[in-house]
Amino acid sequence: MSNATVQPSANAAKSQRRLPPEANILLVLVGISLVFEILGWMTQGQSFLFSWQRLSIMILQVSVIGIISVGVTQVIITGGIDLSSGSVVGGVAMFAMSFAQVSTYARAVYPSLTDLPAIVPILLGLGFGAMVGFVNGWLIAFTKIPPFIATLGTMVTVRGFAKWYTKGQPVSFPTEGFASIGKGMMPVLIFIAVAIIFHIAMKYTRYGKFTYAIGANMQAARVSGINVERHLIKVYVVAAVLAALAGMVVAARGQTAQAGMGLAYELDAIAMAVIGGVSLSGGRGSIIGTAIGMVIFGVIISGFTFLRLDAYYQEMIKGVIIVAAVVADVHRQKKRVKKS
Amino acid sequence: MVTAKTAAAIDRMKRRIEDMGVLSISGIRKEFPGVVALDNVQLKIRPGTVHALMGENGAGKSTLMKIIAGIYQPDAGEILLRGQPVTLKSPLDALEQGISMIHQELALMNSRTVAENIWIRREPKNGFGLIDHGKLFAMTQELFDRLNIKLDPKAQVADLTVAQKQMVEIAKAVSHDSDVLIMDEPTSAITEKEVEHLFTIIRDLRARGVGIVYITHKMNELFEIADEFTVFRDGKYVGTHSAKDVTRDDIIRMMVGREITDMFPKIDCPIGEVMLEVRNLDLPGVFHDISFQIRKGEILGLAGLVGSKRSNVAEALFGVTPAASGEILIEGKPVQIRSPREAMDHGIAFLTEDRKETGCFLILDCLENIQMALITRDHATAGFVDQKTVAKLAEDMAARLRVKTPNLSERVENLSGGNQQKLLIARWLLTKPRILILDEPTRGIDVGAKSEIHRLITGLAAEGVAVLMISSELPEVLGMSDRIMVMHEGHLAGFLDRAEADQVKIMDLAAR
Repeated sequence: MSNATVQPSANAAKSQRRLPPEANILLVLVGISLVFEILGWMTQGQSFLFSWQRLSIMILQVSVIGIISVGVTQVIITGGIDLSSGSVVGGVAMFAMSFAQVSTYARAVYPSLTDLPAIVPILLGLGFGAMVGFVNGWLIAFTKIPPFIATLGTMVTVRGFAKWYTKGQPVSFPTEGFASIGKGMMPVLIFIAVAIIFHIAMKYTRYGKFTYAIGANMQAARVSGINVERHLIKVYVVAAVLAALAGMVVAARGQTAQAGMGLAYELDAIAMAVIGGVSLSGGRGSIIGTAIGMVIFGVIISGFTFLRLDAYYQEMIKGVIIVAAVVADVHRQKKRVKKS
Repeated sequence: MVTAKTAAAIDRMKRRIEDMGVLSISGIRKEFPGVVALDNVQLKIRPGTVHALMGENGAGKSTLMKIIAGIYQPDAGEILLRGQPVTLKSPLDALEQGISMIHQELALMNSRTVAENIWIRREPKNGFGLIDHGKLFAMTQELFDRLNIKLDPKAQVADLTVAQKQMVEIAKAVSHDSDVLIMDEPTSAITEKEVEHLFTIIRDLRARGVGIVYITHKMNELFEIADEFTVFRDGKYVGTHSAKDVTRDDIIRMMVGREITDMFPKIDCPIGEVMLEVRNLDLPGVFHDISFQIRKGEILGLAGLVGSKRSNVAEALFGVTPAASGEILIEGKPVQIRSPREAMDHGIAFLTEDRKETGCFLILDCLENIQMALITRDHATAGFVDQKTVAKLAEDMAARLRVKTPNLSERVENLSGGNQQKLLIARWLLTKPRILILDEPTRGIDVGAKSEIHRLITGLAAEGVAVLMISSELPEVLGMSDRIMVMHEGHLAGFLDRAEADQVKIMDLAAR
């Protein structure tokens, strides 16, 4: 109810910027880290945070799913959901790996297609992801079925493909080149690159602005001249391509691909986004938020391991945290509705 | 045995309630972070009266109504209901104590029937404790008969028009038999004929002794239906008067604290060549054989009752739902318009009827809202938006339209209706349209913003823009248009020139 008319120069300049929503999430991260730090000194007699080894393992653990989460974040911002990413990880791991095997391995999937330069399986893998994403996007944009159902369908189908592809046999022995995308800190570097690219895309390009617009009000986006159908396809393609990339990173790191790879990764990726403040009702959230969400996720898992908490408890607590994050989101929405 | 003494006591009590009002509130204060929405306001509703609450958007009317309906809790002040102090903890609490409210935004369950919507939580049960649908529909029919509403109780709410939904809302509120009924802009989505119907219902309720709080922006409604009115300005109480004692100008002065000399400032401007021509536009089942022309600098008003499919013609012109057959010519050249994008390529802009549903991105900020249409076409290099240039354009446009907001990074949901509307107009003006389609450009916004928007529209016409303006408010259509096109149930009913048109002639064509 402020009545100051916008003056192009004066008022806009002294505009009081509120704290970005990411600040809250960062605060949560700091809080959780401190709790583990204190518990660490109390129960283990050592620091949780000041261990380079622990931190690097932690970040390595989460960055593969972090890559997926960057794509899933964009899908959720349009107001959708992508359940197929875990299956894409498995499918692409199998598919790409079959074109990345060394000739010295006697039982290669395509004995005549061995020792190929790494770029070939990578492009094939990304292409495979793009195809799945296109199917997702096309189904959602043109048949108008809910994203949940469309991507549930591709999730099951692609997982089926992964199992059928080699009749359940793992695919192993990749070339040096292909294996290098999973070596050392490569997964983390890939995550950082992907996060920066899409942070910029979401903030400064039409692609990002249209994504937020569609999530905020699809009808208004259409009337404003945005080709909503085409844009939704783009976003789902991006999400699946990133899942494909993650799949190849996992396969390269383990030097083997199995049909069951990436199981339930989609849920962790969604959880990271939601913990990072991405609203399931669309239009709200950011890549930075998701990145922080990813680290929170990592801190919690690594913290529990550090405290020698049973793995079974870890999973149960993870479930509770995901629900808590969604409850927090719903609560924020409610407060918003009341205010307006 | 009722002795003379008790009878006199009852009589005294009745008089006391008459005097105190069925609902009497005083000293109400409500603060939101950074804003005092209500400051020491008062309001007294007598039983059997219609009490209009007037004020510009942001005056605090809706906030007060939300307090009375139990949605907000006041920070200070007293609420007396039938003479007893009460606290209203929730909407349900208020309802149970005898206060019901018809909200400005329709809040019905789309996938349920009309009857289920009306009697929710109060459904009649059969012997097994299950809902007795036969009785449910019969109760609804009875209610509709009493209110003379012609709707099928079994119809799905999703299939109803906005006006019909509004009628369901009204029936629902009436069904509670409340002592106090709050109506927040009940006529904003309905046409003259339905307004008459609504007024009949209101008069009936008034005769039954219900105290009605009526929020409206429409002056003529005030004089037609209200007995008393209270004016708020900037969260403060200005005064209460009997509707008989004042003129329209008095009220406007009380509301804005300044005089508005001309409500519909149409400037005469030269009318040029034909800009847009539509020939035999047809969409089966919706509208048929629509033909008209708009010249440069001309404002063509489009009037018609709800169900006349006025908005569908606008949507066809803008490619939202293209027509099945017929021709559209722009500056004499036939064009194809199959999507909003193509319409924009031809220089058409379209301000939609429902700013919340199809206009604003409520959770995004003002800048994004203003620039969204522009950046779909211009000001992007390799996908990167030239944000500096666009922000400058947006700020200039917001300043020109006098959008009231601390800055453009404010979320649109925090703006008043009038400012949201100005923001949407700014969005379209940035695309430099040659043809401007406005669907209810001033619905639900306050007098001051309304006349600013009118001045803006006529200014655009003076610059040579061809304007098609749809409106349910006849004074607006009459005041603003060079020519008026009237539609009736999907067909063209006729054209009227500015000189010959009046409300009777328009209604005559529109209602047949």
